[in-house]
Amino acid sequence: MQQIINGLMIGFMYSLIAIGLTLIWGVMNIVNFAHGDFLMIGMFTSFWLFTIYGLDPLFSIPICFLLLFVMGVAIYRFIVSKVMKGPMLAQLVVTFGVSIFLSNLAVYLWTPDFRLISSTFFQGTWDMGDFNLSKPKAIASMGSIITSICVFLFMKKTKIGKAILATEMDRESALLMGINTERINSISFGIGAALVGVAGAFLSTYYYIYPQVGGLFGTIAFSIVALGGFGSIEGAFIAGILVGLAQTLGGFFFDPAYKYAIVFMIYLITIWIRPKGLLGW
Amino acid sequence: MKNFTAKPITIAGAVLALLLIFPLVITQTFPIHVMILVFMFGMLGVAWNIMGGYAGMFSFGQAAFFGIGAYTSSYLLIAFQVNPWIGLILGGLVAALVAAAIGYPCSNLRGHYFAIASIAFSEIVRIHFNNWSLVNAAEGITIPMMPESLANFMFHSSKLPYYYIIMAFLLIAVIVCYIVATSKMGYYFRAIKESHDVAEVLGINVVKYRLIAIMVSAFLSAMAGTFYAQYILYIDPESVMLGAISIQIVLISMLGGAGSVLGPVLGAAILVPLSETTRVMLGHKGTGVDMLIYGFLITIISVYQPQGVWEWFTRIGKKIK
Repeated sequence: MQQIINGLMIGFMYSLIAIGLTLIWGVMNIVNFAHGDFLMIGMFTSFWLFTIYGLDPLFSIPICFLLLFVMGVAIYRFIVSKVMKGPMLAQLVVTFGVSIFLSNLAVYLWTPDFRLISSTFFQGTWDMGDFNLSKPKAIASMGSIITSICVFLFMKKTKIGKAILATEMDRESALLMGINTERINSISFGIGAALVGVAGAFLSTYYYIYPQVGGLFGTIAFSIVALGGFGSIEGAFIAGILVGLAQTLGGFFFDPAYKYAIVFMIYLITIWIRPKGLLGW
Repeated sequence: MKNFTAKPITIAGAVLALLLIFPLVITQTFPIHVMILVFMFGMLGVAWNIMGGYAGMFSFGQAAFFGIGAYTSSYLLIAFQVNPWIGLILGGLVAALVAAAIGYPCSNLRGHYFAIASIAFSEIVRIHFNNWSLVNAAEGITIPMMPESLANFMFHSSKLPYYYIIMAFLLIAVIVCYIVATSKMGYYFRAIKESHDVAEVLGINVVKYRLIAIMVSAFLSAMAGTFYAQYILYIDPESVMLGAISIQIVLISMLGGAGSVLGPVLGAAILVPLSETTRVMLGHKGTGVDMLIYGFLITIISVYQPQGVWEWFTRIGKKIK
């Protein structure tokens, strides 16, 4: 029971990270290898706001959202949009460059040390009888569910959201319908980055903060996105939860050292059977 | 006509001669060490190029094959006293078999999906070796000292033999790549790269040729792995299977020019000395500046020169014509 709860809680976190990634992937067919590093920037932002101004990570969420949005748009405008028409390999490698740059910038500025936010509003655990519920983790899970629902509503209800979905389905038709697809691209990249920034703020309440933290989460997010289906927000949400569960249960029943190997194994098996992912089309 | 074909050969001969003399003229250890790494990464780049540059399968997991090669020969050497040269071949075969086993289910994956599958695969391999007690898990393997000789693939007094061995390996890889590129198979590879579906419709056995490309690439990468083990004399999963190695291999090939026989060698000749010297000069404090510059360069290159610098040479070559 405890394992299932833990799995669910990390799963919701994964979902939020993966939704940002799947949005970028679906709209412009770019794999953002710097996604994990955006997460790291979000975590560090919330860490420094806490350390310097004593701002609780939960309040730094809007700041993370805005900061990462601006960063995402800037990276799209100045770097990614330039390779969109270039060879496939350049599209794959360019975000790797950004990733290496960002994570080492963090090493340079803040040293490779591990950090932890020591005291936040929500501390300790709730005793639920059969199992314990860690307060920061529970709050973070709630937060990522709410954020995911917001994204979902945003995509379905607002004009920009619908335009993003239309671009994702068929770029040329969207362009013919008068949608500025170039603008949609930069907005989607911004939102994708902003979402992972929010995830970073939530994650910073209980996870270690260090420059290379993005690598692991980024790689897992790819597996989730591909598992859920390319560009599918619902798919990413469900797959995130599945992966969280698989990771903790797999670690519990087999060997904790192999928990990430299990995640990657699931990914490989899924794409073998369904190359476009669970909810892909 | 004869004049034009002779020209590249003369240049190639001159470069080769220079490289042969190089370690005799410059005898410091560091430049020779850097050159050895250039050759090794050049070889890995050429191997990547066969599957990535020609057949269009962008692998970000080559370190797995490199590591499998290093581990197979080293394990056979300590457990069964198998000669490293036999280990070299066996390591290549093991890597090729693993490549076939993983490549077959992945044979329908394209572009991004293949790239991410290759990352997932190499991570699984790395995690497994980190926990596999048969090969000493995370502790790694120290290659036992043996008397210095070519037969033992071990030299203590000088780096020179290593230099010539890896240069020969690189030559082998280049020749293999050249044969593949100019044969009928090379055209099949390029057809598959351009369009998987069209190639299939034209009657090319896509799965078969993709598997061949992956296996050849894995074999050559594993050879480089065995060389690395015999040269450094110590391996662990973090030094031979790290994702960073895979990425460096891709970058080298891309910088030099994916899809050209010598592009990756050129890429290695530029990137390896750069990263080695920045590491020595700037990286001693662990401040990450060397990697910072590296990341910046990669971004710039993919934006402004995504075809690689080899293209410049061919352009100059055409002008001379």
